[in-house]
Amino acid sequence: MKATDIADPDYFHKVVDCQWACPAHTPVPEYIRLIAEERYTEAYMINWDSNVFPGILGRTCDRPCEPACRRVRTEEKPVAICRLKRVAADHKGDIAPYLPHVPRQKNGKRIALLGAGPASLAVARDLLPFGYEIDMFDRDPAGGGMMRSQIPAFRLPADVLEEEVDLIVNMGVNATYGYEITSMKEMLDMNYDAYFVGTGAPRGRDLDLPGRKEVDEHISIGIDWLSSVAFGHTTSISGKVIVMGGGNTAMDCCRTSQRLGAERVTVVVRSGFEVMKASEWEKEDAMAEGIPIINNRPPKEFVHENGKLKGIVFECVKPVEGENGRLKYVPTGEPDVFMECDHVLMAIGQENHCPWIERDIGLEFDKWDCPILDEDTLQSTNPKVFFGGDSAFGPENIIWASAHAHKAAISMHLFCQGKDLKADRPPEGVNLISQKMGVHQWSYDAEHDPSARFIVPHANRTKSLDNIKIEVELGFDKDLGLQEAQRCLNCDVQTVFTEKLCIECDACVDICPMDCITFTENEEEERLRANLMAPADNTEQDLYVSDILATTGRVMVKDEDVCLHCGLCAERCPTNAWDMQKSIVHIPQLGSFAEPIAAG
Amino acid sequence: MTFVAKPRTHHPLLQVNDLGLTRRDYEGSVSTLCAGCGHDSVSAAVVQACAELALPPHKFAKVSGIGCSSKTPSYFLGNSHGFNSVHGRMPSVATGANLANRELYCIGVSGDGDSASIGIGQFAHIVRRRINMLYLVDNNGTYGLTKGQFSATNDRGSTSKKGVPNLYEPIDMISMALQIGASFVARSFSGDKRQLVPLIKAGLLHEGFAFIDVISPCVAFNNHNGSTKSYDYIRAHSGSVVDADLITPHDEITVDYDPGASEDVAMPDGSTLRLRKLAHDYNPHDRVQALHYVQRAQEEGEFVTGLLYVDPTASDCHEILGTTETPLNALGEAELCPGNAALDGINASFR
Repeated sequence: MKATDIADPDYFHKVVDCQWACPAHTPVPEYIRLIAEERYTEAYMINWDSNVFPGILGRTCDRPCEPACRRVRTEEKPVAICRLKRVAADHKGDIAPYLPHVPRQKNGKRIALLGAGPASLAVARDLLPFGYEIDMFDRDPAGGGMMRSQIPAFRLPADVLEEEVDLIVNMGVNATYGYEITSMKEMLDMNYDAYFVGTGAPRGRDLDLPGRKEVDEHISIGIDWLSSVAFGHTTSISGKVIVMGGGNTAMDCCRTSQRLGAERVTVVVRSGFEVMKASEWEKEDAMAEGIPIINNRPPKEFVHENGKLKGIVFECVKPVEGENGRLKYVPTGEPDVFMECDHVLMAIGQENHCPWIERDIGLEFDKWDCPILDEDTLQSTNPKVFFGGDSAFGPENIIWASAHAHKAAISMHLFCQGKDLKADRPPEGVNLISQKMGVHQWSYDAEHDPSARFIVPHANRTKSLDNIKIEVELGFDKDLGLQEAQRCLNCDVQTVFTEKLCIECDACVDICPMDCITFTENEEEERLRANLMAPADNTEQDLYVSDILATTGRVMVKDEDVCLHCGLCAERCPTNAWDMQKSIVHIPQLGSFAEPIAAG
Repeated sequence: MTFVAKPRTHHPLLQVNDLGLTRRDYEGSVSTLCAGCGHDSVSAAVVQACAELALPPHKFAKVSGIGCSSKTPSYFLGNSHGFNSVHGRMPSVATGANLANRELYCIGVSGDGDSASIGIGQFAHIVRRRINMLYLVDNNGTYGLTKGQFSATNDRGSTSKKGVPNLYEPIDMISMALQIGASFVARSFSGDKRQLVPLIKAGLLHEGFAFIDVISPCVAFNNHNGSTKSYDYIRAHSGSVVDADLITPHDEITVDYDPGASEDVAMPDGSTLRLRKLAHDYNPHDRVQALHYVQRAQEEGEFVTGLLYVDPTASDCHEILGTTETPLNALGEAELCPGNAALDGINASFR
């Protein structure tokens, strides 16, 4: 194999599995270390800089970081990254001194943000410190978008939401709420210098089944219903409720129904339990509240008596692995099942829907009705218009909205300054800094903590089922937070190898608890992977291969897969050929790494 | 030395042997030797050899004297019996242990100071007595624990860290062992586990006195350009004459050997010791030739490594003395103290 190029920003970034998996690339181990030092405010600001909504995300994030966590591979359960984010938010002090300065003198460029959801807010936050004048429009009576309208208060309390939304709005956004945008042409006529469309994926899917039209008044679209609950238009639901769908919206619908007085709530899902889109913990929480989830039941028909809904007939199917390895569902042969209900909440997905964007203004859409965008710049075919969040590539989540926003904000800034969106884009970078403080002293807590994942306390169930505003998860207190923080392996403190210092004494090989290191003859990757101290079967994880070593002609090969970053290789190295160095990945972002382009 | 304890967490695919143990279960406490010490690699090689042979840790007796080398039994086989004895007196303790309980695998670890200086008399006599044990010398040519004086195995002309040459002739422990009757004599290098691990396995299973001289560089005091026992010098000036592979009955044989250059020796436990001759004119069963070969090479500044001599038919001390098959701790009082009549009988036999 060729020697690894550790100057490539992606190499060590990939080793930090959580950060690599995070769409916004939040430097997770960095903020967890700050929590371990009880520096909650700084931990919060690292998050705020990168993902913009730490308090909200600390409760609601889809957590792509957690299944990626190395701890899943070395032990079993990931570090509770999301809950630690909340620890930082819950215990932070005054953040005002850390906030960026927004100049009173504007730079003369005007930006319109369509929608006041996470994507638009994050774009505003990135652009405001550069003197842009920002107008934001939304049809709802308050900002926050789906974070306000679709996430129930028992998961995300209003004060947490408002704190982070208002923080950005108060940086100087001219927000116009209750403003239904009906024409993009009209918006373009207002002559802003650039537009950002962050209107989400606002249309919930419906099912056209026999009887659907007749029972219309007993059926609600999940996201619309949640929104109506959020804004206080709906305060109760009665009788037996069936929630159809297996995603997080379905889980929010069923738990909300239960709190608003439903006599019985059942979730019915077309597919199997394991393949449901809902996050594992959302399913667990719903079931813990006594809500049954019934799987492998596609609906066939709404049964009614003169327009009064009686129930739904479901088919019984089972998953079978198809030829291409994908699951398909075949009838089990059991008779169809009839389930009584008085109300149906339809939570079977949502989609992009922009009827207000005229199709003759140079803004093209693809066959799925998504705007055609440049993936690197998020610019549409109308150069002034940029997209982000769910309205860009279809429904995702808040953390993707933040990630899109950073990208779009750079593009809009370059666009407004007359620069090339690709050539002038700041590159990614990486810094490596030794963490050695002295003999046997490292600036991070290298010792491995074998503790199991700590369980988060919940509010009293009887009370929380009675009141939709009582937050169910109480979050880690400081003590639990400190203990959970110790589980982080510090994957951003890298094992860096310097060939010319190595005397091949094998000390690192002998001490490595995970058998990551091998000195061997160089070979092709496949053979090399099979011939290491421990087989390197996980091809998603890289091998770190050194240059040829002068004395023996061998190479050092380190399998990054299950390294604990305990630093013992560096502790035991007599010549400092191994060093523990913190890798700081620079992801271009306005106001962060991108400052040079702002000045230029 | 390190202050961070080695985590118990291990690779998820770490192999489990026939006893249900992993290699990690054969480790001892964390080493307090200098970072990069060759002795730690020797300990790791012992751990690997015992795990691969699936030998029960409680069936080991580890004995040592004094010195850096003699600290190492703490760092392997944490669940075995051990005795860290007096300087140079490990052979006496090993002899006693082996006579008392012949069912234990006895590993003695000593150094060039412990065995070639203060304990050279003890060393000579344990070889003669053919105690059934594996005797490892971690040989670094220096007194590391007292800050780098020349030891008795340091080559003449080799220098100290500050450039002062050694004026005395070295003692070659391989030659001594060959001369006075060791039935298994090998030399290896701490930085070459591919060679060392099979030698340790073969030495453990050999019935008789097995001696391995392991050149194990001292990173702190004897790993410089004037040293003949540095990592670089050994790599440049050593060559194996006979490599040994221990093939247990379950092992799948994947390597083809040139039949003219290899020889199989049956081991007492049913496994096979396969000797691969890398020097075609070398005969690992000819004690005199081995002695000559090793000394000739030494004249030229070269270290001959590998399994230098083996006598698979050797006898051990128990056989010579005709002792009981049963370990003493398993004998009843009546057998251990047969009484006055038996004593009278023994006395009468000498009259």
